[in-house]
Amino acid sequence: MLSISDLYLSFGGIKALQGVSFDAKAGEITGVIGPNGAGKTSLFNAISGFYAPNRGTVTFDGSDITGISPDKRASLGMARTFQNIALFRGMTVLDNIKLGGHTRLNTGLFSSFKYFGSARREELELRRDIEERVIDFLEIDHIRKYPITMLSYGLQKRVELARALAMKPRVLLLDEPVAGMNREETADMARFILDVQEQFGTTILLVEHDMHMVMDICSHIVVLNFGQQIASGTPAEVSQNPAVIEAYLGAAA
Amino acid sequence: MINGNLKATYGADERVLNNRNKQMFVFGSIILLALFPLFADDYSVLMACKMGILLIAVVGVNVLTGYTGLVSLGHGAFVAIGAYSTVIFSNLFSGLPTGILPFIVVPMAIAVSALTGIIVGLPSLRVKGLYLAVATLAASFIVKFLIEQDLFAPWTGGIVGIDTPVPSLLGWELDNKREMYVLITALALGTMLAAQNLFRTRVGRAFIAIRDRDYSAEILGISLLRYKLMSFAISAGYCGLSGALGAYFFARILPEQFGLDLSLELVAALIVGGMGRTLGPLFGVVVVMLVPELIKISMAAATGGSLELARYTGPVQEIVFGLLLVFFLLKEPLGINQITDRILRSANRWPFARG
Repeated sequence: MLSISDLYLSFGGIKALQGVSFDAKAGEITGVIGPNGAGKTSLFNAISGFYAPNRGTVTFDGSDITGISPDKRASLGMARTFQNIALFRGMTVLDNIKLGGHTRLNTGLFSSFKYFGSARREELELRRDIEERVIDFLEIDHIRKYPITMLSYGLQKRVELARALAMKPRVLLLDEPVAGMNREETADMARFILDVQEQFGTTILLVEHDMHMVMDICSHIVVLNFGQQIASGTPAEVSQNPAVIEAYLGAAA
Repeated sequence: MINGNLKATYGADERVLNNRNKQMFVFGSIILLALFPLFADDYSVLMACKMGILLIAVVGVNVLTGYTGLVSLGHGAFVAIGAYSTVIFSNLFSGLPTGILPFIVVPMAIAVSALTGIIVGLPSLRVKGLYLAVATLAASFIVKFLIEQDLFAPWTGGIVGIDTPVPSLLGWELDNKREMYVLITALALGTMLAAQNLFRTRVGRAFIAIRDRDYSAEILGISLLRYKLMSFAISAGYCGLSGALGAYFFARILPEQFGLDLSLELVAALIVGGMGRTLGPLFGVVVVMLVPELIKISMAAATGGSLELARYTGPVQEIVFGLLLVFFLLKEPLGINQITDRILRSANRWPFARG
C-alpha cells in the first residue's frame, strides 16, 4: 500500500534519514520505533510531503508520490496526526472534524455564499456521515460543541484522530498517538486504533515510544537509529534483535 | 447544554439563528433598519449610509484578517479601485441604457478589485504577520499614486477628483440619500449574510484552518496557494463593492478619500468589533463612526460652540477617541462581539446560572 524505498534526507550536515526502506502492508498496522532523534518524525514529514527527500521514493498505492505537495497527498487518501496536537484552536470539535471532509466536498465559492441548495445538502450529508461514522465511533459525542481549548490532552488527541478519520483515509499516519497519556487513556487509544483497522480496513503507520503498545498492536515493526534502519520484522523478531537491544539499552559489557 | 435548546435533526442544529434570542435580535434589527428612514432626519440617514458603505468593506477585511489570519493595511486601495472602476466604466459604457448600467459596471468593479486583490496577495504565500502588513501597505500608496497621476487624469480626474454618476436600477433613479439608504442597507445585509454562509461551508472553514494552523490545513488537503489567494480576492471584492457604492453615494470622489487613513480605519473597526466574528464588523463600524460624532457633539456643548476654541477641539476629539480605543482594547481585547456573546449566553441560560 505505502512503500518507502531507499529514502535519504539530510539537513546540512545532519543526516536525518539514511536509506530507509519498508512497506506498510494494506490493512495492517506498521510501527516505527527508535530512540529520540532517530528520524521517526522526519520520516513522517517526508512521507506526508513536508520534507523533500534527497534520494529515494515514496510509493502510494502503486504510484510515486515523492514530489507532490501535502494537500495533494490528502486527496489521494493519506491522513496524519501530529506529535504535538495540531488542531484548529479557534474552532469547535465539530468544525475541526468537518475540516477532515474538505477533500470529499465540492461546494464552490458562489454556492457557499448562497448556502441554501447544494451547499446545504452537502453540509448536512457531511454532518450525518461524521456523526455516525466518526463521532459515535470515537465516543466524543458529549464534547462535539466544545471549543478545543476546553478539552483535556487525551481528548484532544482523540479529536485529532477523529479529524483524520473524517477524511476516510486509506493510509493513516499516527505520530505518537499516546505520547503523554496515562495508562487508561493509552488503553483507550490503542483500542480505537485497532477498531479503525478492523472496521475500516485502514492501513496504519504509527510512530510511538510506548513499547508495550507498539508490541501489542503492530503486526510489523521498523526500527530506526540515527537515521538508519537497523531492524524490521514482526514484534517478536524485533524484540530479540541484538542491534535493537543495543540501541535501546546499550551494548552488553 | 442546560438551556432546553436541543435539536432533533442535523438541519435544525446547523442553523445560524438556532435559538429565539438570536432570531429576535436579527429580525428586530431588520425591522428597525426598515423603519429608520421613515423617522430619521437627513443627517442620520447620511451617517447610516456612510456606515453601511464602510461596513461592507470591513466585512471584506474580516474575511481576510479575521478569518484567514492575513493582516492587510492596503484595503483602502481596493475600495479606491472599486470606486474609480465604477466611474470609469460608467463613462466608458455611457452608450448603454442607464437603467442596466449599474448591473454591468458594479460586477466589473468588483472583479477588477478582486483581481488586484490576488496580485497584492501574492506575497502572502511567502510572508506572514507584520511582513505581510508592510507588503500590502505598498498597495495603498501605489494605487493612490497612480490615481493622482496626470497621465491617467482623463479617466480618473487626477488629484482634483471626478464627478460620479447617479445610479439607476431599471429606471429607478437613486438620486436622494433615502433611496441610497435602501440600496446600501440591503447590500450590507446581503454581504453579511453571504460572509456568514461562507463560514458554514468548506471554503470558509478552510480559511479558518489556515489561520489557526497552516501545516495542519495542508495535511487535510487544503491548498494554501489557492485558499490564501481566494481569501484576498473575496475580501478585495467586498471592498470593491463598498467603493462602488461610495462612488454612487458621493457626488464626487477624490484620491485622498482612499489613503492610508481608510485602510487603517477598516482594520481598527474590525479589531474593535471583534475579528473573525460575523457581527464584529457591524459593531466595529458603529463604534468608529458614531463615537467620534458623540465626542464632537459633547465637545461642542462643552465649549458652547466657541469659534476661538474650535482649532483645539478638532485634535482633542481625535486624542479622546484614540484613548477610548486603547482603553477599550485593554478591557476587552476580543472586541464588542465578545460582550454581546456574553449577554446572549446568559439570556439563553436564564434563569439558570450565568457563565
